[in-house]
Parts: sequence; C-alpha cells; structure tokens
Amino acid sequence: MAYPEKYKYTREHEWIEVAGKVGIVGITDYAQNSLGDIVFVDAPKVGTKVEKDAVFGSMESVKAVSDLYSPVTGAVTEVNEDLKSSPEKINSDAHGAWIIKVELSDPSEVASLLSAADYEKFIAEETAK
Amino acid sequence: MATTKGFIGNTRKVTAHLTQNEPLSFEKSSPGKRAYKLAPLDVPEVDAVSLLGGAVRKDDPTLPELSEIEIIRHFTRLSTWNYAIDLGMYPLGSCTMKYNPRVNEFVSRLEGIAEAHPYQPESLSQGSLEIVKLLQDCLIEITGMDAITLQPAAGAHGEFTGILLARAYHESKGNPRKTVIIPDSAHGTNPATAATCGYQVVNLKSNAKGGVDVAALAQMVNEGTAAMMLTNPSTIGVFENEIHRIADVLHDKGALLYMDGANMNALVGKTRPGDFGVDVMHLNLHKTFSTPHGGGGPGSGPVACKTTLEPFLPTPVLARDGDGLLHWNYNRPQSVGRVRMLYGNFGMFVRALAYTLANGPDGLRQTTEDAVLNANYFRKKLEDLYELPYDTPSMHEVVFSDKRQAKNGVKTGDIAKRLIDYGFHPYTTSFPLIVPGALMIEPTESESREELDLFVDAMRQIAREAEENPQLVATAPHSTRISRLDETTAARKPVLRWQGPPENGVELDTAAKEW
Repeated sequence: MAYPEKYKYTREHEWIEVAGKVGIVGITDYAQNSLGDIVFVDAPKVGTKVEKDAVFGSMESVKAVSDLYSPVTGAVTEVNEDLKSSPEKINSDAHGAWIIKVELSDPSEVASLLSAADYEKFIAEETAK
Repeated sequence: MATTKGFIGNTRKVTAHLTQNEPLSFEKSSPGKRAYKLAPLDVPEVDAVSLLGGAVRKDDPTLPELSEIEIIRHFTRLSTWNYAIDLGMYPLGSCTMKYNPRVNEFVSRLEGIAEAHPYQPESLSQGSLEIVKLLQDCLIEITGMDAITLQPAAGAHGEFTGILLARAYHESKGNPRKTVIIPDSAHGTNPATAATCGYQVVNLKSNAKGGVDVAALAQMVNEGTAAMMLTNPSTIGVFENEIHRIADVLHDKGALLYMDGANMNALVGKTRPGDFGVDVMHLNLHKTFSTPHGGGGPGSGPVACKTTLEPFLPTPVLARDGDGLLHWNYNRPQSVGRVRMLYGNFGMFVRALAYTLANGPDGLRQTTEDAVLNANYFRKKLEDLYELPYDTPSMHEVVFSDKRQAKNGVKTGDIAKRLIDYGFHPYTTSFPLIVPGALMIEPTESESREELDLFVDAMRQIAREAEENPQLVATAPHSTRISRLDETTAARKPVLRWQGPPENGVELDTAAKEW
C-alpha cells in the first residue's frame, strides 16, 4: 500500500491532509489492517476542541477498541457522518475515508509530523520488532 | 479417531460424536402446553382487578410453552455443546480458570449456610459472620495488607472500589489529584476504572523486558499523580523485580500503588503485596481462590488496603464487640459508602474459605508452585516452535507470539481455533496488547502432567500444520457444530433478541419487546 505523499502522518497511525487552515484526519492503511474489521467509530462532535497528540475519539474493531490521536490542535469543523452506518469504508479505503475535519489553531504543528517516506520507515521498524 | 474432513492431527483427546440440534425454546413452543398441573382451586377465588385496579395485566406474557421433558432435553442438549473446566483444561491466560473443588460446593450447600438470610438478626447470624471474619483474616494474612472489604462483586468492581478509596484518601488531604498512571500491558479495565473515578489516564510504556521502566515512571510521577495501577506479575506473566523502587517512587510524591490482583495465583504463599509496598489491591476469589468463574459465577473481588486507607472502606465493616460477638458497623463517617447490596456474594466467601482451609498455608504455597511449574513446562516444551517475545522468566502464565506462524498467514486466532479441533478451549488471543499476535497461556495448577502433554502435542502439531498446510489452520475449526462465525456482521448488525413471526399470533407489544 502506497502512503499518499500529500498527507502527513503520526506515530499513532493517523494521517492528515492540510489545505490552508483546515486539516482532514483519518487512520492509515497499516492501522486499519492491524485493527481488522472496524465496527464502530466514536468521533467527536462539531465544535469539540482537539489537542495535538491527545485522544479525540476511538475506533472499535472485532479485535479491540483503539484510541484515535489528533495530529494537530484545533476545533472540529466537520465529522464524516457516513462512517456511522458504514464503518467498513475505513477498511476498504483508509486513506479516503476521513474521520474529522479540524480547523488548525497552529498550522506550524504540521511540520513535526512524519512524511510518507518517514512513516513507511517507521512502520517497517515497528513490524520488524 | 475423528473422521471429520480435513482433520489430519492426532486426536488422542477427542473423537467427533453426534450432538443433537436444538432450536430456541420459543421456536419449540406450542400454545397450551404445560410442564405443571395445578390442583383444583379449593379456596375462594379473588378478583385481581379489585386488588390491583388498572395495574392488572390484560395480556399473557410471551413465554415458551413446553412440557417438562422437552425443557429438560432442551437445556441438556444445549449443555452438550459447551466446553467447561469439568471437561478439560481451560488455558485462558490472565483468567486463571482453575478447578472448582467439589468440597467448596458441598460446604456452601450445608443447610445452615445455604438457608441463612441476610436480614436475620446479627445474633442469629454469628456462624455466617464468623465465616466472613475468618475469610477476611486469611486474605489479610495472604496479602500482607491491614484491612479488607469483601463487598465488590468481581475484579473490575474491586478496582473501582480500590480507586474510590484512593480518591477519598487524597480528598481527605485536601486534593483528589488528577492522574492515574497505567502501564501499556495493563488489563483494559484499569484505565476504564481510573476514568470512571474521574481521573485522567497516563499511559506508561513498558521497557524491553516487558516490565515497568522505573526511570520513565520517576519522570512521570508528580504531585498530581493519585496512583499507579499495576498488575504484578504483569500480564506477560513476569514479576516486577523492581516493585520496591516503583513503590518508593510513587510514595515519594504522595501517590499510591494499586495492585490489580488478577495474577495473585503466582504469589500466594510466596510473597505478599503488603510487604512490597502496595497500598490497595483487589483479589479475584473466582480466579485465585477457586470459586466458579464465568457463566454467571458470580464473581467476588475483595479489596484489601493499608491502615491509611481503612477509614474509607465501604460500609458496613465487620467488628467484634466486647461480648465477643460480630456485628456490622455502619458508623463510618469517612466511608466511600456502600458498593454492593448487603454484604457481597456470600456464597463465594464460603467456597473461597473452604478452599483456603482445605489447602492450608503449605497447600496454598504448593498450588502457587505448581501453577508456575505448569506454565514453565509449556514454555520449555513449546519455545522451539513458538516465538517468545520476552525471555524474562515466566511465572503462572507464558506469552508467545504468532510471529513465526504469521509468515504463512496463520495468526494467533487461527491457532486458537485449531485448538478446538484438538479438544481444548482456546488460550487468550491478542492480549496483552504489547505483544503483537499474542498467545497467552495459563494452565493453572489444576492440570496433571498428562493433560499438559496432550496440550503440548496439540500445539506442536498445529505448529507443524502451520508450516505444511496453513490453510487447514486458517480455516479451523473443522470438527465443531459451527465453524467460523461472522464476527464482523455480528458486531455491526447485532441481533440481540428473538422475534417471533407475527402470523403465529406472537404480538411483540408485550414484555418480549423489552428483552
């Protein structure tokens, strides 16, 4: 699976696509593959403040419930309602099925995130353990 | 020898045999069938409406209607589909599924015990209260703590009670504090408990040996730390060698050390949490002390603490009067309050005490040694075939990973399901989370060398199959009534209750609706 170069990544396996002041957040294909079939996405409400590296929601798969970590600080402007009835879209297209959109309060935070190449290197190390 | 298609293993432990199909009791129901017959009414009939008015029920409840033999066969047939500790080993790691000795059941059914009523006057309940007192004393001695409550109904309830005590303790000093530190190897109930008690959870990463990184902990602990919740031995079955230092680091900042006692099976009679710095802990009587586990047990999760936390224990607490009689003391102004109706699951206290007294100190020490010996027997017999992610010495359970089998597409869940074909209940899969593809195996002390060898044979055979015929393992089980369930659809679109076909006259605007 190729990791889109226009996205930035976290070590907790989220991706973010930043356009101006708005970031679109989802989980990576590696994450969906490790989780297995996703059955429920617990996303925050519009207006919720999220903080970089802090939990903003959770995701339940047939295996486990996992926390979702925000790549940036800001406020939620939109939630992908589609995932309520069709959480499986994350399994079939993790890099397309976004979870929340965030208005960034500090766009400079993005610089500390991983590039696609760095993220691929990171998961290669993780899997080698 | 099993004749099931695709089964090539050695099935010394099991042979396929017929089991009867059985629909739901609702589906077997026919209107008017009864399993009882009442004698003719020989007293004046009372009109229910005159007594109950509008509260009288106008429709009949939707209940299955069957004869007595049909009911007996229904449940007996269903019971033949089950696996139970009375059929064979139940190697669920972190669960301690040990044998429930029959003497426990005998004692708990003695008339004076079984028919005691919780509202009997204390003066007529002295025997039952002595049972509670003696069990409390035994558990305090075993844990090395100072005081105990037997109220909590199970492990997670015990955790909740324990952290409530910690919170009440900090509040009494003027500040409940903010955070609870929990290692990444913890049972999921630990962070849930801390959050439920109003604390923020701080995650502590394990070190390379799978234990607590004391240096990292020292950096993390501050005046906002209420407690650390630690399982010892940890969920990878490893004893925290630096437990004293861990306790010191916490105590230096006024934080408390909570011990999740789920793995106490590895410590009883050998070492005591109270001696290694634990302030508050829970026990699982349904694990360590052999009371029934799972399937509605019910459980029992006593919480033991040091003197500093004693004023906060749930009410009532048992006390002995000047006249030598036991009574319940409700006058406890600093108590966190009641956490369970009445006094807890008394039937479990009787069983746990029977177990404790039947074994005695030396016997309990022996069970601990046997539990550790059995787990290490598995480790030695299987470590050439299954990856051992941490080579730290094992205690009562051993954790492998599926790393070698996963190369052929065989995951821990597949190996577990294949074990069913060999007549064993699966081990715990995919936990602890710090081990990817974990196989967590806990035989307990109950198992004989013969049963252990059957399990080793099965596991070795499965490892071979994973090499030679991975598809066989990946699609197991092959010999059960039902093979792979569609877990995903079950979770996404759960069917939680039976719905009768309306044309059969079953109206769902009755009690059945609320099921």
